[in-house]
Amino acid sequence: MTAARDAILAAIRRSLNRGPLDPATAAALRARVAAHRRNLIPMRAAALDHPARVNLFVAMAEAVQATVARLSSIDAVPEAVAAYLAAENLPAELVMAPDPGLDQIPWEMRPLLRIRRGRAEAADAVSLTPCFAAIAETGTLMLASGAATPTSLNFLPDTHIVLVPADRVVGTYEDGWDRLRDLAGECGEVGRQLLPRTVNFITGPSRTGDIEQRIVLGAHGPRRLHILVVEDGGA
Amino acid sequence: MEAKSRDFSASARAGLANDNLQQALDIMTQRGFPSRRLEVVARLPEFEALREVGREIKDHTLAHLDFYLELYEHNVVASGGEVHWARTPEEACEIVLTVCRTAGARSVTKGKSMIAEEIGLNDFLEKSGITPVETDLGEYIIQLRHEPPSHLIAPAMHLVKEQVADAFRSAHRTLDPNRPLAEPQALCDEARAILRPQFLAADVGITGANFLIAETGSSIIVTNEGNGDLTQILPRVHIVLASLEKLVPTFEDAATLLRLLARSATGQEFSSYTTVSTGPRRPGDLDGPEAYHVILLDNGRAAMLGGEFHDMLRCIRCGACMNHCPVYAAVGGHAYGWVYPGPMGAVLTPSLIGIEEAAPLPNASTLCGRCESVCPVKIPLPKMLRHWREREFAKKLAPRIWRSGLSVWAWVALRPALYHMLTEVASRTLGWVGGRRGRFRNLPFAAGWTGVRDMPAPEGRSFHSLWAERSKAAGRR
Repeated sequence: MTAARDAILAAIRRSLNRGPLDPATAAALRARVAAHRRNLIPMRAAALDHPARVNLFVAMAEAVQATVARLSSIDAVPEAVAAYLAAENLPAELVMAPDPGLDQIPWEMRPLLRIRRGRAEAADAVSLTPCFAAIAETGTLMLASGAATPTSLNFLPDTHIVLVPADRVVGTYEDGWDRLRDLAGECGEVGRQLLPRTVNFITGPSRTGDIEQRIVLGAHGPRRLHILVVEDGGA
Repeated sequence: MEAKSRDFSASARAGLANDNLQQALDIMTQRGFPSRRLEVVARLPEFEALREVGREIKDHTLAHLDFYLELYEHNVVASGGEVHWARTPEEACEIVLTVCRTAGARSVTKGKSMIAEEIGLNDFLEKSGITPVETDLGEYIIQLRHEPPSHLIAPAMHLVKEQVADAFRSAHRTLDPNRPLAEPQALCDEARAILRPQFLAADVGITGANFLIAETGSSIIVTNEGNGDLTQILPRVHIVLASLEKLVPTFEDAATLLRLLARSATGQEFSSYTTVSTGPRRPGDLDGPEAYHVILLDNGRAAMLGGEFHDMLRCIRCGACMNHCPVYAAVGGHAYGWVYPGPMGAVLTPSLIGIEEAAPLPNASTLCGRCESVCPVKIPLPKMLRHWREREFAKKLAPRIWRSGLSVWAWVALRPALYHMLTEVASRTLGWVGGRRGRFRNLPFAAGWTGVRDMPAPEGRSFHSLWAERSKAAGRR
């Protein structure tokens, strides 16, 4: 396969009328990449203070058929989850990301809620996950995979519940990605090696318009996306 | 995939006579993508400025494509993945097959990929004993009907829901034949139920890529259904099919293009799922693929760089050009005869399979310019269609009657005095013959026009003679 590789790179250089890049140009390109320079950022979310950003996140998420409940602290989560499942006529049973933050929630307040921790299996109807960041610009959740956050939880179950501490609401996709890079920095390693296998940007429940351009929900991913915004920053 | 682009005229006529297609096209143009795009663009004041930035990002990347490809490859390998380079569709198909066989794959699921269509992957795999299951709803429908896609992002947009219901009834034999399938929701639910076990059973998942990030070695897919995600997180192996020009330098660059993509494509603020994938699952991960392969396809793109069709490589496959094209809206996507329809297809197809195979496509345009005006990366599509027309003429590919007609016109147009005289005579004659009615029901040599509509009669004077007269009058004053 190196034959194909060499031939393609040679064809590109032939078309561009030059040989391999000179060291100065290559260094400038490497600097451009390393600078993580932002392009034009829409003012919509960038210009807001934090409370307004959270409000925008909620409004944009609701505009794409996510449902949102705003809670004052993580102590209110068990009640909110139980109430949501009851209102949607769903069994009081869910699979939860094995995330230490979610274990802080006083689940014993709702002993009838059956909770399994792990990745999603075919029979799971409801999942609960934390989120890495939430992006106000378009009401988008940013979820990163890891040992405590398997990606299958975001797609297999019919109903996906996401816990969003309000302090994780950022303005833009770039803000969210910078947080991911910061995480890499804290661990003293280069960002690339610490990038999670999968980063999901999720905006509303699964949908399709493939038949006569009519939007219907629940194509292959979750039919319902329920977001719990928790104000006190717990979990 | 075998090209039928040379039959454009016949296929276009068939499209015009196809009532279901016409109904589907009306739905799209009247209450579908274009109006949704207009609404969502109005909500983002920076949209026009973003188009310019998107153009710059793509131009910058293409000018240094060798550098970014090598950086990308380095970072895929560093994150545990593998990169395969393919010059031709045949090489790409062989690589997919080798990866599938090495993994001992019995079942393969697929997210939507135009590159897979371009290399004819499904037919190739089926001949090799592996049947890939399409999981995007539109792709699944056309796979059942053994059809190619008719639109970049809505592969089954040529169908009405009754046709989808028929396809499901004949394919899903184990279900109650009398079940109600009148509504899109019921059809969607049925496809979901049928495909779920396939997702869970698959050994290999194949997706395309909307963008590849050089800095991190990541691939990005954008979907609304979530099928692309189930395709890549459940099987043991994830294969990404991408062409060279999908590269962007950083996540920041991808973010800008993502702001343009969904708005231009479906008229959404953001698609439901934008997924960034980097390498295979990490130690400790509870799910995700154990192996990650990327196949980088050239198939003529390297040769397009630096030439007349260089700008076409900026394309991010949103479909806005076809959503706004009066020709596409009249004849549908299948008339274009290969993988890529609409204005972008009319430019790209001749670049990839040769103008000899695709000669009629550059003429399948009124050059009205709507495509360029909505293109998120400002590709000058009409200009490039004209370049192809010139080449088509130079290579003597157009029918003889067109060529001799154009030669006669060129001969006259190069002689201004004669040209002015003839147009004056023609205007006066046609104006006089057209008389009171002011239009013609039929005209010799213009049956193609008058067969479906009247030809307005000239007012009686040519523009040139009026212009000369008024200039003279103005000069006297």
